Amino acid sequence: MKCHDDALIRLFHVYKRYGAKNALFDISLDIFKNEFLFLTGPSGAGKSTLLKLLYLGESLSEGQILIDRMNLARVSRKRAPELRRKLGIIFQDYKLIPTKTVYENVSLVLEARGMSHKFIQKKVHSVLRTVGMEKRKKSFPPGLSGGEQQKVAVARAVVGEPKIILADEPTGSLDADSAGTIFDLLTNIHTRGATVLVATHDAELIRSAKGRVIQLKEGKVVAE
Amino acid sequence: MKSLLFKRALQDILNNRFLNTVTVITIALSVLIVSSFALFFTNANELLDTWKKGIRALVYLNPETTDANRLDLKYNIQKLNGVSEARFISRKEALAQMKVQMGRQSSLLESLKPNPLPDAFEVRLSPDSQTMAAIEKLSKAIELLPHVDEVEYGRQWIGKFTNIINMFRFVGYAMGGLFLVATLFIVANTVRLLLYSRQEEIVIMRLVGTTDRFIKMPFYIQGVILGALGGIIGMSGLYFAFWFVSEKFHRGLSAELLDIHFLPLDVTAGIIVGSMIIGWIGCYLSLKQFLKA
Repeated sequence: MKCHDDALIRLFHVYKRYGAKNALFDISLDIFKNEFLFLTGPSGAGKSTLLKLLYLGESLSEGQILIDRMNLARVSRKRAPELRRKLGIIFQDYKLIPTKTVYENVSLVLEARGMSHKFIQKKVHSVLRTVGMEKRKKSFPPGLSGGEQQKVAVARAVVGEPKIILADEPTGSLDADSAGTIFDLLTNIHTRGATVLVATHDAELIRSAKGRVIQLKEGKVVAE
Repeated sequence: MKSLLFKRALQDILNNRFLNTVTVITIALSVLIVSSFALFFTNANELLDTWKKGIRALVYLNPETTDANRLDLKYNIQKLNGVSEARFISRKEALAQMKVQMGRQSSLLESLKPNPLPDAFEVRLSPDSQTMAAIEKLSKAIELLPHVDEVEYGRQWIGKFTNIINMFRFVGYAMGGLFLVATLFIVANTVRLLLYSRQEEIVIMRLVGTTDRFIKMPFYIQGVILGALGGIIGMSGLYFAFWFVSEKFHRGLSAELLDIHFLPLDVTAGIIVGSMIIGWIGCYLSLKQFLKA
């Protein structure tokens, strides 16, 4: 039986307001190490907002969030990189740097951590091989298809071997084949020990996976 | 890590060639103008010092001065504070000297009878009295002595030259200040434009866990490189202009009177380092504002 202290991510009475509107309303949730968790619900349910709170893309209105014992309500701007290095984020719109090559987009994560040139080269090539993008390492993101960009985004998220993967609609704009490849990659990362948190409204994806499902509606948890 | 940041800075410079070229040219022009003033001061001050060191006062005596009066006067002059030597030049000796100085045209003096030149004392000053104020004070004291007709030490042209140098110094400081502010403003704006053009990239970099230091460093390196390039180009331009002018100058008559030099190596290096610091400060001002947002 898992207890609160084992939780890698803890949300405690979390609120997020935009003006008078509640985007998230009294969310309390524990996510455990090596768990595969889906956040689902219709558009506007608060899935993306919840992920944004986790990577400090937005600030909390009320409540507490603990990630690996780091209290996000008290994390200063200077410590934000420390938190983000624990996370691998896959954005719905990929967020790749258009002026950098596939290789440079992925290697940036390791460069920022001061890794050696040799290590970076080896690691990035290995990750790009895993996602099937090694041959396109010199391409720039605008020249890639949506599926390819998403694969690069996954490569960037996993290259630093983070404890937690946050994926926001990772298969949202992809065809069935590409979506399958991306999902296989996420499953692979999970089997290697990472905690994976996927925000999606793709019912097919949820059905085919074994994982806990949290359903949100109008900013509240309605089913678990 | 350092080489990576340096590489990124160089890449940024090459990717934004036009903007960076304009910045380097602006810094170079500012350095050129400010260092031109520095070059002028250095040479003008050296010239003034040389003139001041050779300065002497000529004390012309009344025609009625007797030999006894003259001896008294010499004693009284030598007693004065700041006088190192007082040498008597008789009217005969003065005319002979004048003839030597006039060379072939000395025949003009043959018809001058009687000799119109007065007896005089050539007064040399001690090193601590070779300032304008001391010379003026001393000449006033000598003028008050009996049998002295007039004291001459070229006060007008030295005074005028000193005033011109002081005016140039003031203009130089003002221009230097203005160009410093303008250069800072331009470097800061260049970096700001670069930052805006890379806003999306910076946001993404932060999201994947890069620190602000990692984002800032290439910009600082870039600012320092731009400053160094501007400084080197500006100083090279000044050296070329100096070489061109001094070549012409040395061919002219004034070469024996004046020996002009380029700025010393330490001053040149100091100006280039200053230009690099300006590049750094320009970056600092922009980054501080931008990354706060």
